[in-house]
Amino acid sequence: MDLLANLTQGFAVALTWSTLLLAVAGCFAGTIIGSLPGLGPSNGVAILIPLAFSLGLDATEALVLMTSVYYGAMYGGRISSILLNIPGDEPALMTTLDGFPMARQGRAADALVLSGVASFVGAFLATVGLMLLAPVLARVAYLFGPSEYFALYLLAFCTLGGLSSRNQVKAALAAVTGLGIAMIGLDNQTGLPRLTFGELHLMDGVDFLVAIVGLFAVSEIFFFIESHGKESAIGVKLGRITIPVKDIVDSIWTMLRATVIGFIAGVLPGAGASLGSFLAYMGEKAISRDQETFGTGNPRGVAAPEAGNNAAAGGALVPMLTLGVPGSGTTAVLLALLLTLNITPGPTLFSDRPEVVWGLIASLLIANFVLLIMNVPLVRLFVHILSVPAWLLLPGIMLVAYGGVYSLSGSSFDLILMTAFGLFGYIFRKLDVPTVPIILGILLGNNMEDNLRRAMIISDGDWTYLFSSGIAVGLWIAAIAGFVAPIFLRQFLRKPSQPDSNA
Amino acid sequence: MLSNKSDRIFGLGVVAVALAYLVSATQIPAGFLSDPVGSRTFPYIIGSIALLCGILIILRPDEDPSWPAWPTVARIGSALAVMYVFAVILRPLGFIPSAFVASTVISYLIVPRLLQALLTGAGLAVGLFFILKYGLGLGIFAFGKMLAF
Repeated sequence: MDLLANLTQGFAVALTWSTLLLAVAGCFAGTIIGSLPGLGPSNGVAILIPLAFSLGLDATEALVLMTSVYYGAMYGGRISSILLNIPGDEPALMTTLDGFPMARQGRAADALVLSGVASFVGAFLATVGLMLLAPVLARVAYLFGPSEYFALYLLAFCTLGGLSSRNQVKAALAAVTGLGIAMIGLDNQTGLPRLTFGELHLMDGVDFLVAIVGLFAVSEIFFFIESHGKESAIGVKLGRITIPVKDIVDSIWTMLRATVIGFIAGVLPGAGASLGSFLAYMGEKAISRDQETFGTGNPRGVAAPEAGNNAAAGGALVPMLTLGVPGSGTTAVLLALLLTLNITPGPTLFSDRPEVVWGLIASLLIANFVLLIMNVPLVRLFVHILSVPAWLLLPGIMLVAYGGVYSLSGSSFDLILMTAFGLFGYIFRKLDVPTVPIILGILLGNNMEDNLRRAMIISDGDWTYLFSSGIAVGLWIAAIAGFVAPIFLRQFLRKPSQPDSNA
Repeated sequence: MLSNKSDRIFGLGVVAVALAYLVSATQIPAGFLSDPVGSRTFPYIIGSIALLCGILIILRPDEDPSWPAWPTVARIGSALAVMYVFAVILRPLGFIPSAFVASTVISYLIVPRLLQALLTGAGLAVGLFFILKYGLGLGIFAFGKMLAF
C-alpha cells in the first residue's frame, strides 16, 4: 500500500489553495498557448519558464505550474487543428486529418467535445500509468553506473535525433552543437575555464534558458514574419455545444487503444507525442472496418490521435523524472526547469524528495479534471482567443520572452545571445536541422562528460568499461538501432499529407 | 543553378566552426589532477563529429528549402536588428520606452499599418509592464537611469 500512502501525501501537497490556483492558472495559460496556431507546448513552456522563476515559487509549485501548462498545451493543440486546419503544435497535426473535415460538415462542436474527452482519457490514464511505472523504473535506475548513464544519454540523442529530422547527419550535428555549447564555461572537474575566450559572461557557461527561449520563441517570431502573419481567422462556424454521446460511446475502445500506444511511445526516450499520435491514428485506421472514411471526418480519427498524443505527454514524464532523460522536446524544457531549481531527476528524486514527485502526480490528476471542464463546456472561450491577430500576439510574446530572461539575468549580454540563438534557430529549422537535440545537448552535455570521465577513472582509462554491463550493452544497441532504424522506416512512416483547406 | 547550394554553404560553415572549435580546444588548460580523460578529450570528440557531419553535409546535401524572397529577408533582418537594439537599450532606457519601440516595429513588420502598430506598441509596453512588474513581480523598471531627470 506504498502507493496509496504516497498518493495521500501527494494530495496533501496538491490540495492547498496556492497549488490548486497554480494548476488552474497553468491549465488556462497552457490551453491558450496550445490553441494558438504555431505555438506548441515546447515554445509555451519555454516562454513561461523565466516568469515562473521570477515568481519565486518553490520547486513543487514551479513544477506543478509548468506541467499544467504542458498538459494544457497538449489539450489546446487540437482547437486550431479542428477549426483552422492549422495544427497548434506538431503532435496535433494528425487531428487535422479528420477534425477539420468534421468541422466543415458543421460538426465542429462535436469534434471539439469528442477530442476533449479523448484528451482527458489519454492524459488521465497516462498519469495513472506514470504513477505505477515511475517508481518501478526508479528502482531499476539504481543499477545504473556512469557507463550506463553515458549510454543512456547517447540513446536519448539517437532516438530523439533520429526521429526529428529527415537527415540523420543533421540530427547528429544538432546534438554535437548542443554538446559543444555545453562545454563552454568552467570545467566541473578541474575548475578551469574552457572555451570562454576570456569573456567573463561565459564563465558560468551558456544559460540554457537563454538558448531555449532563443531557439524556440525568438525563432518563431521570424517564422511568423516570413509567413506574412497570416491573420488567424476562424474558418468554421461553431454551433451550439452539445455532447455527442453516440460518438463518445462508439470510440471508447479507440481511445483506450490509442492511450496504450501513445503511452508506450511517450515512455521511450526521445520518441514523444508526435509519434504517439501518429501511431495511434495509423493503428486505429489499420484495424477499423471503414478505413476509407478516415480522413473524411471519421470521429474515431479525431479520438485516436488526441488520446494518443495526450497519453504520450504523460508517458514522456516517466523517463524524465526517473532517469533525467527527457522523452520529448517539451520534457527537455521541463528538465531545464528541474535542473535550474536544483532538483536532480533520477531514482534518488523518489526517495529524497517524495513530496515533489507525488505532489506533482496528484496535481496532474487534478489538472486533468480542470482541463476537461475548460476544454468541453468552456471551449468557446478559447475559440475567441484564436482570433487574436499575429500583429498583436507576436510583439507580446517577444516582450514576455525578453522581459522574463532580463529579469532573471539582468544582463544585456544574455539578451543579445538569445537574439543570436533566435537567428540560428530560424536558419537551422529552415535547413531541417532539428533544434530539440541542441537543447538536449546543452542540458545533458556536462552530465554526459562527467559520467564518461567517472567511468574512465573507475576503469583507469580502459574504454571497454563502457560496454562492461548487460544494461550498458543493451542501451548501446538500442541507441544504434534508434538512430539507424528511421532511415529504413521512413518510407512507411511518411506522414500523410494534410487535407487541402480549399478542397 | 544548383538546387542544393544552401546545404553546401552550410556544410562549409560547419566545417569552419568545427575546425575553430578543435583549435580552441587545444588551448584548454590541463588540470592538476590526473584524470585519464582530461578536459580536452570530450571537446575533441565533439569537434571531430561536427567536422565529420559538416563534410557529409557538403558531400550529400539536401534540396534547398524555400527561402523567403528578398523583401521578406529584409523584414526578418529588420526584426533581428530591432531585437538587438531592444537587448541593448532595455537596461539604460528601461522597459516602457524600449518595449514601445521594439513592439511597434515588430507589429509593423507583420502587418504594415502604422497607426495600428503604434497603438499595439504603446498598449503592450504599458500593459505588459504592469502585468509583469506588479502582477508577476518581475525585476524590470519602467524608465532607466538614462531617463531619470
